[in-house]
Amino acid sequence: MNSEFAEAWEGFEGRIWKIEVNTRDFIQKNYRPYDGDESFLEGPTDATNKLWNRVQELQKEERAKGGVLDMETKVVSGLTAYGAAYISEDKELEKVVGIQTDKPLKRAFMPFGGIKMAEQSCQTYGYTPDPELHKIFSEYVTTHNEGVFDVYTPEIKAVRHNRIITGLPDTYGRGRIVGDYRRVALYGIDYLINEKKKDLANCGDGTMTEEVIRLREEIAKQIKALNGMKKMAELYGFDISMPAKNAKEAVQWLYFGYLAAIKTQNGAAMSVGRVSTFLDIYIQRDLDRGTITEKEAQELIDHFVMKCRIVKFARIPSYNQLFSGDPVWATLEVAGIGCDGRSMVTKNDFRFLHTLENMGPSPEPNLTVLYSSALPANFKKYASKISINTSSVQYENDDVMKPVWGDDYSICCCVSATQTGKEMQFFGARANLAKCLLYALNGGVDAKTREQVAPPFKKITSEYLDYYEVTESYERMMDWLAGLYVNTLNLIHYMHDKYYYEAAEMALIDTDVRRTFATGIAGFSHVVDSLSAIKYAKVKPVRDDAGICVDFNVEGDFPKYGNDDDRADDIALWLLRTFLEKVKKHHTYRNSEPTTSILTITSNVVYGKATANMPDGRRAGAPLSPGANPSYGAEQNGLLASLNSVAKLPYHWALDGISNTQTISPDALGHAEQERIDNLVQIMDGYFDQGAHHLNVNVFGTEKLIDAMEHPEKEEYANFTIRVSGYAVKFIDLTKEQQLDVISRTCHKTL
Amino acid sequence: MNTSDINMNTIGYVHSLESFGSVDGPGVRFVVFLKGCNMRCKFCHNPDTWSGKGQEWTAQELYNHVRRYKSYWKNNGGITVSGGEPLLQLDFVTAFFSAAKQENVHTTLDTAGQPFSMDEEYLKRFDKLMDVTDLFMLDLKLMDKQGHKELTGTDNSNIFEMAEYLSAHGKRMWIRHVLVPGVTDDEADLESMYKFISGLKTVDRVEILPYHTLGLIKWQEAGIPYPLEGVPTPSPEEIKRAEKLLHTNEYN
Repeated sequence: MNSEFAEAWEGFEGRIWKIEVNTRDFIQKNYRPYDGDESFLEGPTDATNKLWNRVQELQKEERAKGGVLDMETKVVSGLTAYGAAYISEDKELEKVVGIQTDKPLKRAFMPFGGIKMAEQSCQTYGYTPDPELHKIFSEYVTTHNEGVFDVYTPEIKAVRHNRIITGLPDTYGRGRIVGDYRRVALYGIDYLINEKKKDLANCGDGTMTEEVIRLREEIAKQIKALNGMKKMAELYGFDISMPAKNAKEAVQWLYFGYLAAIKTQNGAAMSVGRVSTFLDIYIQRDLDRGTITEKEAQELIDHFVMKCRIVKFARIPSYNQLFSGDPVWATLEVAGIGCDGRSMVTKNDFRFLHTLENMGPSPEPNLTVLYSSALPANFKKYASKISINTSSVQYENDDVMKPVWGDDYSICCCVSATQTGKEMQFFGARANLAKCLLYALNGGVDAKTREQVAPPFKKITSEYLDYYEVTESYERMMDWLAGLYVNTLNLIHYMHDKYYYEAAEMALIDTDVRRTFATGIAGFSHVVDSLSAIKYAKVKPVRDDAGICVDFNVEGDFPKYGNDDDRADDIALWLLRTFLEKVKKHHTYRNSEPTTSILTITSNVVYGKATANMPDGRRAGAPLSPGANPSYGAEQNGLLASLNSVAKLPYHWALDGISNTQTISPDALGHAEQERIDNLVQIMDGYFDQGAHHLNVNVFGTEKLIDAMEHPEKEEYANFTIRVSGYAVKFIDLTKEQQLDVISRTCHKTL
Repeated sequence: MNTSDINMNTIGYVHSLESFGSVDGPGVRFVVFLKGCNMRCKFCHNPDTWSGKGQEWTAQELYNHVRRYKSYWKNNGGITVSGGEPLLQLDFVTAFFSAAKQENVHTTLDTAGQPFSMDEEYLKRFDKLMDVTDLFMLDLKLMDKQGHKELTGTDNSNIFEMAEYLSAHGKRMWIRHVLVPGVTDDEADLESMYKFISGLKTVDRVEILPYHTLGLIKWQEAGIPYPLEGVPTPSPEEIKRAEKLLHTNEYN
C-alpha cells in the first residue's frame, strides 16, 4: 500500500472497505458507540462566536434587503467558477473553508435548470443578468427546462396549470441525490477516479446500446467532476487527491464533496447525509492520539454546520410560495441502530445536536434523529431536551427504515430515505388527491377554473352522495391522474439526466446505482374525512347551473382521521394503498422503483388555494393540512390519538415518507424541565414503537407565534425556528399567509 | 385482588377523552373526564362536566379503547380518571381500573372527594376502588367551613375524612390546591391547610394550580353567569408565596 494511504488509515480496522469503495464497512468496523450523557460537550470557541456573529450580521442584512443579500449576474456557477472565498476577512478563524460563490450568502447564477428561471430570480430581487448569458443559454445551450417543455403534452400542461399536480422540478434542479461525501475523506479523489475508470472499462460488453452509451457518458462526466473537485480544493490550498489524515482534514475533505454538489446543482433538496458517526471515527482517533481536544472537535463540527447553515440558491417567487422560508434541505442524520444491534450513537451525534446550543436554533442543516426506542437513554433525553429548547430537530423511525434501506441510509430531502452512495431518486411534485376527488364528482371538470382537465368521465348526479358510487368514480380518476403523473415525471427525469446531470454527486455514488421513483400525495386528510362524511353522514352536494358541485351540505356526524377511530383511519389506509397501486402499474424511467409519500412541505398553502370546497367542510382556498397530518380542528381526543391515527399508515406503502408535524405547548408537556424531557421521550417511544415513520416536534405556545408574527424585529425571534412539514424554517421568514397557517394548526395543550 | 363481583359492563358517563395528559399524574397519561359533579366551584374550569349524560361506555369497552395508548406509558405513565367528580361513578371507575390493574397499568384518580362518606355501605364500595387505585390526586379548595360552602356550595368535612382515610390505609396521594387571588389565598387558611396536610402520612406531592381563565368560554357556552368575573390570575410572586405557605418543596 502507498505510504500516504498507510498513514491516513493507520489504526483503522477492516479489510473489505480497503479493497472496494465501501464506507459502510469502514464505519461498522471502526466506530465507537457512546451511551454516556452530554456532560463532555464544550461551548463555542472565540473563533466560532466571531464567525457566527458575522453570519448573523449578514443574515440580518439579507433580511433587510428583502431576502437576498447579493446575486451573481455574470459568472455561471461551477466547481472552479470562483477563487477561494471566506465568511470572514480573518480567514484564519475558519477551521472548515469553502463557500458557494465569492461572498457568503451571495447567490450563484445557475442556468442549466432553466435560463428563464435563473434570470427571473435575478430580476425579482433587482439584479440584471448579463445579456450574453441569455444569448448563450437560449441560443446555444439546451437547458433542462427547455427540454422538458419541448416534449410536454397539452394534457400535462393542463394538469400543471390547473395545479392538480404541483411542484414539478421542470425549472430547476431535481435535487434529492445525496453523494457519499464521506468517500472524499476516506479514499481521496484519486482512488475514486481509479474506481470510476474501472467502471468505465467494464461498462457493457462492447455492444453500444443506448443504455450503455448513456452510462459511459455519465461515468466520463463523473470522472471530469472528480478532477474538478480536486481543482476546486486546490484553490483553497488543499490537495484532496489522497485520503484525509486527521479529523480536521476529514471534515474539510467531506465538505469539499458537498461543496461540489451545491456549486453545480440547485436541487430543491441538497442533503448532506449521514456523516456524523463517520466523522466521529476520525475525531476519536485524534482524541486518542492526543492531537485534538474536545473543544477543537466541537469547533470543527460547529464550523462545518455553520457552512451548512449558509447554503443559498436563487429562487423565483412561485418556488418560494411552494417552499417557503428559503430551505435547502441540507439534511444531516444522527443516531440509528446498526444491523448488528449496536447503537450508532457516538459523541459526534451529541456534538451535532449541540451546535443548536452553541450557535442557537437554526433550520439548516435539517438535523434528523434516526430514532428507535432502543437508542441509549442518555441520547434520547438529550435530543428531547434540544427539541424542547429549539424546535429544530426531526425524528424518523430507524426501526421501520432499516429493514428496507439497511444501516447506512441518508435522508435525501425532508423525510425520504436513500442508501448512501448506492442510490438516487427520481422525485417530483405531489398529486393533489383532494382535487382529484372533486374531479371524480364533477366529471373531470376543475371546479375552480372550469376547464375540462381530466377525461370527461360521468359526473355524479345523485342528490346524496353514495360512498360506493363515489369511490368507484374516484378510483377511475386516480387511475388517470397516477398515469399522467408518472409519465410527466418520466420525461422530466429523462431531460434532467440529459441536460442537467448531477456529475459531482453521482461521482460519489456507485456506478451500478439503485433508482427509486418518488411520487407524492397532497390533501390526504381532506380526502379521508370527505369520504368518511359520505360514508357515515349524509352529504348533499350543492350544484350550480353547470352541474358542478360547488359546496356540500353534511347532515349528521362522521368520524375524522386523527382521533384513532378505525372507521376513518381505515379509509386512510385504503386511500394510500389504492394510490400506490395505481402508481406502480406504470412504467417508470430507467426501471426505477416506484414509491410514494404523504408529505407536502409548505406547499399545502398553495395546493389549498387551488382546491374548491370539500365534503369534509374545508372551505375553498383554505390551506390543506400538511403532510399526513389530520385536518385542522379534526383532532378531538388529543395528541396521542392523533399520533395513533398517523402511526397506522404502514411505512412500506409510502417508502418515500409519511410526514407528521406536531406542536406541543411546553405547559402541556409537563411542569418541570426534566418532566418535559422524559415525557417527550415517552411520546416518541410510544409513537415509533407502533411503526410510525416521522415526527416533527415543535414545543412552544401559539402566543409565541403570534408575538413573533407581530414583532419580527425582536431580537429573540431572529433565529426562532419551527418545524414545518418536512423541514425547518425561521418563522419570520415565512410569508404572512404561511405564518397564519402555522398559527391556526392544532397546538396540543391540556387545560 | 378479588374481581369476581366487579361488573365489567358497568356503564360510565363520559364527558370527554384526552389521549395525552402530562400534568394529571406521573408520566404520560390518558385522561378520562367523567360527567357529573355535586360541587359548584366558582372557579371551575370544566362547568360543562357538571351535568348531562355524555357518552356511554362500559368499563370494559373504555379500557379496550384506552389500552391502545399503552405504548406511550412505559414505567410511570398510565390512566387518570378525572371529571366532573369521578367518585359519583365509583363502581364504574372501580371496574375500569380493575381492567387496567390486570395489565399492571398505573391508575390515578383525580377527585375533590365530595361524595365521600364514612357510611359502612359506602366504604365497602370505596375500599374496592382503593384496591385498584395507585394514586389519589385530591383537591383541597378551602379549610374554612363557611368559606368552602360559599365557594363550592358544599361542606368540606367529608373531604378531610377521605384524606385521613386514605392516609390511614397507606394510599399514596398528591394534594392540589387551585390558587385564586382573593378567594383561595388567605394566609391563615393556607397555613391551616398545611397543618392538615402535614398530618397525613402518604402525601408525595403538594401542588399549587394557578387559577386560569381558559375555562371561561365554557361558562359562556353553558349560559351560566361567571361568578369570578374580573378576578385576575395569580402572579408568579403570589404562586411562590402560596407554595411557601403550603411548604410544597417539602414534598415532590
